[in-house]
Amino acid sequence: MTDLLVKSCGPMTTLQDRGRLGFQGFGVSPSGAMDRRALAMANVLVGNAPETAAIEFMNLGGSFTCEGGDLHVALVGAGAAMSIDGTPVPPQTSAILKEGQVLDIGHPRTGTFAYFAIAGGFAVEPQLGSLSFHLRSRLGGLNGAALKAEDRLPCRGSGDEREPMQLVVQPPEDGGAIRVMLGPQDDYFPSETICLFLESDFTVSPQADRMGFQLTGPRLEHAKGFNIVSDGIVDGHIQVPGSGQPIVLMRDRQTAGGYPKIATVISADLGRFAQLRPGTTLRFRAVERAEALAAARGLKDWLAALPSQLTPVRFNLTTEHLLSRNLIGGTVDALASTPHE
Amino acid sequence: MVPTPKILPCGDSAVTIEFGDRIDPDVNGMVLALDDIIRARAPVGLLETVPTYRSLTVQFDPVTTDYDALIRLVTEETKDLAPRNAVGRRWRVPVVYGGDFGSDLDEVAQIHGMTPNQLIEIHSSAIYRIYMIGFLPGFTYLGGLDKRIATSRRVQPRAKIPAGTIMIGGEQAGIAPMDMPSGWHNLGLTPVRPYAPERDPVFLFAAGDEIVFEPVDASRWEALEKAARAGEPVAEEMRP
Repeated sequence: MTDLLVKSCGPMTTLQDRGRLGFQGFGVSPSGAMDRRALAMANVLVGNAPETAAIEFMNLGGSFTCEGGDLHVALVGAGAAMSIDGTPVPPQTSAILKEGQVLDIGHPRTGTFAYFAIAGGFAVEPQLGSLSFHLRSRLGGLNGAALKAEDRLPCRGSGDEREPMQLVVQPPEDGGAIRVMLGPQDDYFPSETICLFLESDFTVSPQADRMGFQLTGPRLEHAKGFNIVSDGIVDGHIQVPGSGQPIVLMRDRQTAGGYPKIATVISADLGRFAQLRPGTTLRFRAVERAEALAAARGLKDWLAALPSQLTPVRFNLTTEHLLSRNLIGGTVDALASTPHE
Repeated sequence: MVPTPKILPCGDSAVTIEFGDRIDPDVNGMVLALDDIIRARAPVGLLETVPTYRSLTVQFDPVTTDYDALIRLVTEETKDLAPRNAVGRRWRVPVVYGGDFGSDLDEVAQIHGMTPNQLIEIHSSAIYRIYMIGFLPGFTYLGGLDKRIATSRRVQPRAKIPAGTIMIGGEQAGIAPMDMPSGWHNLGLTPVRPYAPERDPVFLFAAGDEIVFEPVDASRWEALEKAARAGEPVAEEMRP
């Protein structure tokens, strides 16, 4: 069996999969990958099911080696790039990491979260059905912790099962306003506040992590106070505490909370929202269920079609080589390394 | 009488069915009754249900779920819904009160002008209802605290209180399932582990269960703690 060894990584480098479903009624946050599109792309590149656990990098990259065999690996998300023994691997392309080589993963550049998948996945025991690390519950990850230098991750696959692949597609998105559906507590806000919420710019503050993204913008006034008896929370809920500054609740959120929630980010836009870096300005746009549903269906179809979009890498690809292919073919934008705007 | 519930959309992947806006056993009983029905009927696309004090949040796959059919099911089933007040289980939870086990006991007793023993007597005479589990794995929100000992939260929250802490905050009571930050008052400690990932069952208590605290002498702590560490529930299921 091959082990992946961590030489160095940032403090929130964690294992994440689809998340831990079925235990929210017992207080367990679902957690899971912040950008499921990038998680799926990395997994599909190495032949895994799209929601297999991968390493999620938040803001910082890392450095790795392997021992006991070779590994088939891929990195996707936020424009992060990897190199093996100093040779860059083209974007959205898998590669073989040989025993003794050093793999360097650069910082996410155009977003916050990047995903590193390994063919076969990790031979790590799930907790409550998932490998997703959740800080407050001390669940998932490697022995209930985030990854750190000198960790050793046993891997199920090896590097000789499949040839490297590339994906030249990008997730379907228009880069426009983040779409929301109003509710569940939009009636806790006067109509002027709803208008202000939908017609103003908001900025992602530095207080943005796996639990939630604090936004700054015009103060959103409540109509009847800001304390409610705690009720259920879902991914993408936008709660407005007494400060009037909204917080978008993300995968590591609590299961219940006591602030009114003005709106909910639609599921199809949550991955794109998660990749907005602190300082980014955004707007929200209210949509009806039909549009949210069409977007969810579009994303699901796009994800399902990913394996059919794979093309083998038959050459020792360099950026120059890809560029030349791009110039000749006119269809492959190999330098567009980012899965979003 | 519980009025017709409100249907509150939570984006394209969830809906909250709200039975009221207050902490009330009947409202909570309706939530749990509907939870039983939705889980039993398991509509296509259902991911999970999250019961809280006053509402049920139903999470689903937006693409495979027939939302209109789900809402019709909810509307139909809530027409003649009776609260699930028949409690399946009542648990006796041993507690060592005061001293190193409950560092706020004397202070809270003083606030209410009573002796520590009177406070223990009042706290351990009540029957507590688990309204919901949330915040942390296995954290029980307990209703039923005697109003005479309701105590507003500490001015200075603590960064860490130990697992098993028996605490009160405002009119609520709780048991810490793991080391956690808290602004509540520590009255005692129980060896019972409401959440133990390596034990079957992982979660001891469920929403709708009842809890009674039983004062035990500090001399029994070692034995009880040892049993809990070995995976025994230690909390005893009582016959109603």
